[in-house]
Amino acid sequence: MLDRYGIVALFAFMAVLFPAIPLVFSWVIRPKKPNKSKRSTYECGLEFEDFPEEAQHVWVQFRVQYFLYALIFVVFDVEVVYLYPWAVAYNTLGLFALVEMIIFLGILVLALAYAWRKGLLEWT
Amino acid sequence: MSTPIALTYVGFFVMAAVALAGGFIAVGARNILRAAIGLILALVGVAGIYFVLEAEFVAVVQILIYVGAISILILFAVMLTRGLMKRDLPAQNAQWIAAVFISLLLFAALLYVAISTNWRAVETKVAGDLIPKIGTELMTTYLLPFEAVSLLLLAALVGAIVIARE
Amino acid sequence: MDFINNIFTNSYEWIVYWIHSLLAGLNLAKDFENALVAAIMVFLVIIVILLWMVLMVLILIWLERKNAARIQDRVGPNRVGPWGLLQPVADTLKMFIKEDIVPENADRFVHTIAPMIVMMPAVLMFAVIPWGKGMFPVDLNIGILWIVAVASIGTIGVFLGGYGSNNKYSLLGGMRAVAQMVSYEIPQVLTIVPIVLMVGSMSLVKINEAQSGWAGMQWFVFAIPVGPIAFVIYYLSALAEVGRTPFDLPEGESEIVAGYMTEYSGMKWALFYLAEYFNFFIVCTIAATLFLGGWNGPILPGYVWFIGKVYALVLLGMWIRMTWPRFRVDQLMNFAWKVLVPIALVNIVLAGLALPLLKYFGFSV
Repeated sequence: MLDRYGIVALFAFMAVLFPAIPLVFSWVIRPKKPNKSKRSTYECGLEFEDFPEEAQHVWVQFRVQYFLYALIFVVFDVEVVYLYPWAVAYNTLGLFALVEMIIFLGILVLALAYAWRKGLLEWT
Repeated sequence: MSTPIALTYVGFFVMAAVALAGGFIAVGARNILRAAIGLILALVGVAGIYFVLEAEFVAVVQILIYVGAISILILFAVMLTRGLMKRDLPAQNAQWIAAVFISLLLFAALLYVAISTNWRAVETKVAGDLIPKIGTELMTTYLLPFEAVSLLLLAALVGAIVIARE
Repeated sequence: MDFINNIFTNSYEWIVYWIHSLLAGLNLAKDFENALVAAIMVFLVIIVILLWMVLMVLILIWLERKNAARIQDRVGPNRVGPWGLLQPVADTLKMFIKEDIVPENADRFVHTIAPMIVMMPAVLMFAVIPWGKGMFPVDLNIGILWIVAVASIGTIGVFLGGYGSNNKYSLLGGMRAVAQMVSYEIPQVLTIVPIVLMVGSMSLVKINEAQSGWAGMQWFVFAIPVGPIAFVIYYLSALAEVGRTPFDLPEGESEIVAGYMTEYSGMKWALFYLAEYFNFFIVCTIAATLFLGGWNGPILPGYVWFIGKVYALVLLGMWIRMTWPRFRVDQLMNFAWKVLVPIALVNIVLAGLALPLLKYFGFSV
């Protein structure tokens, strides 16, 4: 089995190399003429330097909503991890495995329903 | 030493180096986002070590959960800290002497345990496909922990939601 | 007939034999020589796949622009080469020579590695995809789970891209994009479970082989009721994950400028763009493998069927892009969590219940 992962390791090596090579190539042949207005961030036509000092440090009012989506994603991701070996072994297991998995899924559907009822899946 | 075994050693050392590099970056970086990237690198290194150990399912689960989901969670959590846009956090705080001392003590203890244990290599290779076995074991021997995990996930989600909303 | 069917696997064997004969003079240890030949062959295969993929993406870019044009009742690029066929080549050259503008106060390191992190999964996923019978780099036991796991790495790159630009809009676009990708990953992963259930293995090669009945037409999409539901959910959530209209709010061309890609120019932008097309192509190959039978099909060689199916799905995706209006962001999230996830879960239970019935029709291993 290890020889298979040797191939995967080579793929990983190439996966790092493949984006790196055009980047290096492009770095060699492209012009490098930075000037003030090129380096300013895109702000719909306004000059960044004209903003007051406080506004020049960027942060976005971070909404907890993003974090909650990532959270519920983690919970379901772990659930998926349990689903896959069950699915692979299902053929040899029979109906009681289905019942056990329904219990497992049921509890997680409860979690989803809780999040839904509490309005956590709303964007605003 | 035959080629496959030599390659195993090479693989292990490379992956361990990656994990260690990630760890060093995670601890030593000034910018908190770079530290988070170091953590992600360390998690990838650990996944690589699992691959070298032929535990392919565990390795891929490590990538899926840790690198795919929890890293995003950590990055989002890092965004919650207002100090993000400032470049440098102080690298040392007032208690660094005590911290170094305790770390060295812990390192010595772990080293002693690692050297003096009689590590037995696992002689019995599990034959054939591991994953159906994992599935079967989950449904039979380890059924109760399996169902308990779903309850744990429910509790974790509810708890995290309650905390995050405040 | 057999010669055409196996032309690629046979060429592989010939090249291996040729390399062995070249190395025979050096008198290396058997172990080492085999490992060396294997390594050389893997490099060759990777380079062939990458070159092939670059060609595919060039074709895809051309197809997209021509299709968009025709559906919108105009002509599309027709100046650069006959029928505008060299247009993507011209675009590629342009990307190489454009200046790389990094905004001041942006984190240079993060700005550079973000496109690389987005590109990496796209390359890694090709390790397992079978293009025809016996035409795959590696047959992992965890095949489809490998693809799922590696795909989830891309979200980190998108987030870093949004952060590394020191631009409010990029950051917002990046976080939205991550929230969207992450929300649609769950239905995508859940719909694959019934397929794994029916095959009893996660290996893509075995999934292909399980669909070879009925003279090569026993595709899982015909496994009513589980198959079509799973196929539709998978295709929609995969389109959303890749970020194509109607789910392309992160790039929202008329809304948030270019979202997380706003501050990228030149090669780095090209890598983001390339990665998007790579991902779209990969998603179509996976859908073709899981649901449409991969390289199975009567009469024609396997690889012809495979490419045909993949392009059918690609054209379907482009057609959808040109005709449906864009989702609003809250509609997007609601659709994922409140519609797709419940249906996918019900589908899994259905698959478990219906397995004896499907077995009767010869669907399961």
